[in-house]
Amino acid sequence: MSIHATKELQAYWKENVIIIAIHLAIWFFVSFFCGIMFVDQLDGYMIGGFPVGFWFANQGSIITFVILIWTYVYTMNNLDKKYDVHEG
Amino acid sequence: MSILTWTWILTGLSFALYIYIAYAARAKTTGDFYAAEQSVPPILNGMATGADWMSAASFISMAGLISFMGRDGSFYLMGWTGGYVLLAMLFGPYLRKYGKFTIPQFMADRYYSNSIRVLSLLCAIFVSFTYVAGQMRGVGVVFSRFMGLSINMGVIVGMALVFFYATLGGMKGITYTQVAQYCVLITAYMVPAIFISMQFTGNPIPQLGFGSKITAEGAALLNHPGLQGHYLLDVLNGIQKDLGFAAYTSGVRPRIDVWFITMSLMIGTAGLPHILIRFFTVPKMRDARSSAGYALIFIALLYTTAPAIAVFARTNFIKSINNVEYTKAPSWFKNWEKTGLVKFVDKNNDGIMKIAKGMWDDPKSANEVKIDQDIMVLANPEIAKLPNWVVGLIGAGGLAAALSTAAGLLLVISAAISHDLMKGILTPDMSEKAELWWARGAAGLAVCIAGLFGIYPPGFVAQVVAFAFGLAAASFFPCILMGIFNKKANKEGALVGMAVGIVFVAAYISYFKFVNPAFNNKDHWWFGISPEGIGTVGAALNFICMWVVGKFTPEPPQEIQDLVGSLRYPGKLVVPPSAGH
Repeated sequence: MSIHATKELQAYWKENVIIIAIHLAIWFFVSFFCGIMFVDQLDGYMIGGFPVGFWFANQGSIITFVILIWTYVYTMNNLDKKYDVHEG
Repeated sequence: MSILTWTWILTGLSFALYIYIAYAARAKTTGDFYAAEQSVPPILNGMATGADWMSAASFISMAGLISFMGRDGSFYLMGWTGGYVLLAMLFGPYLRKYGKFTIPQFMADRYYSNSIRVLSLLCAIFVSFTYVAGQMRGVGVVFSRFMGLSINMGVIVGMALVFFYATLGGMKGITYTQVAQYCVLITAYMVPAIFISMQFTGNPIPQLGFGSKITAEGAALLNHPGLQGHYLLDVLNGIQKDLGFAAYTSGVRPRIDVWFITMSLMIGTAGLPHILIRFFTVPKMRDARSSAGYALIFIALLYTTAPAIAVFARTNFIKSINNVEYTKAPSWFKNWEKTGLVKFVDKNNDGIMKIAKGMWDDPKSANEVKIDQDIMVLANPEIAKLPNWVVGLIGAGGLAAALSTAAGLLLVISAAISHDLMKGILTPDMSEKAELWWARGAAGLAVCIAGLFGIYPPGFVAQVVAFAFGLAAASFFPCILMGIFNKKANKEGALVGMAVGIVFVAAYISYFKFVNPAFNNKDHWWFGISPEGIGTVGAALNFICMWVVGKFTPEPPQEIQDLVGSLRYPGKLVVPPSAGH
């Protein structure tokens, strides 16, 4: 583990923050945007028996949250390796 | 075998399992007691977090609540899951890197101040007690409804069990019992849902079932063969409108309020100490990330099933009760009438049960049927004519949900007293053995107080749940976030921010819940934000105060900034000499 290269670690942190920002933008979009603010407009469309807005508010946002955490886990594990700070 | 026999057998078996696990995983060191020696595999930590999180209310009441609220109920669904995204990305890994045992300790070290520690430990104790009161009551209620014990007797049995495994096992014992409790509660929740989804729509996955078409079997079950081939949600919307309610898939609450409540529940989740400390128990930073991922999978399983149960139960309930002669009421209705959860008052003396808008006990309303929200989960298996062992499972599941949450909360209270108050502030040179005894004693005392809350429920418990989330959102969330993501966040800013956040939220909620409850409606709320959603505003105020005060006061010492820097990546932790405990 090379903890001495401070510049490297700053770059690692910066990449992490960007990755977090992208993930949280999607988090915000599916819940606050699709599930609340534009729910009525989306309800004009249907998937099977579900109005789309209702589906996002009841199911879609939660499913997206799960996917988001796992893409973050995957991305960060790779980032750890890229900067050689991965734990055993 | 009867429902009662099955309930006793299943509950008895599950209790025996919890006691065995607690004994096998008992704590020997303070590291064991507070953080399970940081050796919990992420997938098991995920299950334990799930059980910790899903309370008596999630298990028993949530689906029913949503069935009355329609789409408006979605703020519970999104609000109580979305916080895990924040935990996985903003808090979990860095708190794990820090690795010490309590949230007040993290706050004290990061903001180099014992005043912050005292403020944090008081906040943690208040939030946890608010929450635990409802759990012990939940234990009593399940015992009384399914097993014929009195509520008080039920609370005492629950207390004895929690006392045993919380004082003996600490975090380690609690964690492994919670894993077992998760398995029990999720089975109890999913099995009836899968059966019912099959019956109505032929689809074994409830999450898809409630958006599917009604089958011939389902239509027969609803006594309306004509409904076959129609989408279930369309049918429910139609029923709702016929009875004078809004369509189920539409919302009536102002959108701004839904927005603020959802945000408040999300950031409140991420600020709750009993959830945050779970991240201390895994071996590595990367495990903290994946254990949040596992936790949310396990939680989402229940939270995506709840809205399906809400739809099945509401459709079924209305169709099998409304416009039916009371003498021909289904047997489950008569059974549950004894508990007072459902009731029929024949207002027009025609012997026919009528469901309409308004309260059953309001003479002006045409509604003649009382429906308690809890009935939707508790009686669901009977309504769907499922075998007796499935009904018995519900009792064991409800108890698992209540006990696991109670245990996690009691540990926070115990650690706040033994680790933060005694070891951290009053008697720093206490030996580890003495601290362990303090921890056990505090856990025992906390169980007793929680039990008293269960036996003599203060009337305001239901009112103050908003408090728990609001306070967590306005106090811990901003300070921990800034503590990790802003090296320059300092003691003065954090103190002012926390104080302002807490006072603002407490004042707003107290005003509308206690001082002037008549004003608790959207015409009097600020910007239409209800007390349930005010935590979001409190958090924003906390952020602003931290930033502004931080601009005019000295930066944190260099060693604190180095500590913050070293939280951000895996490897050795740089501990400043002053923060070593």
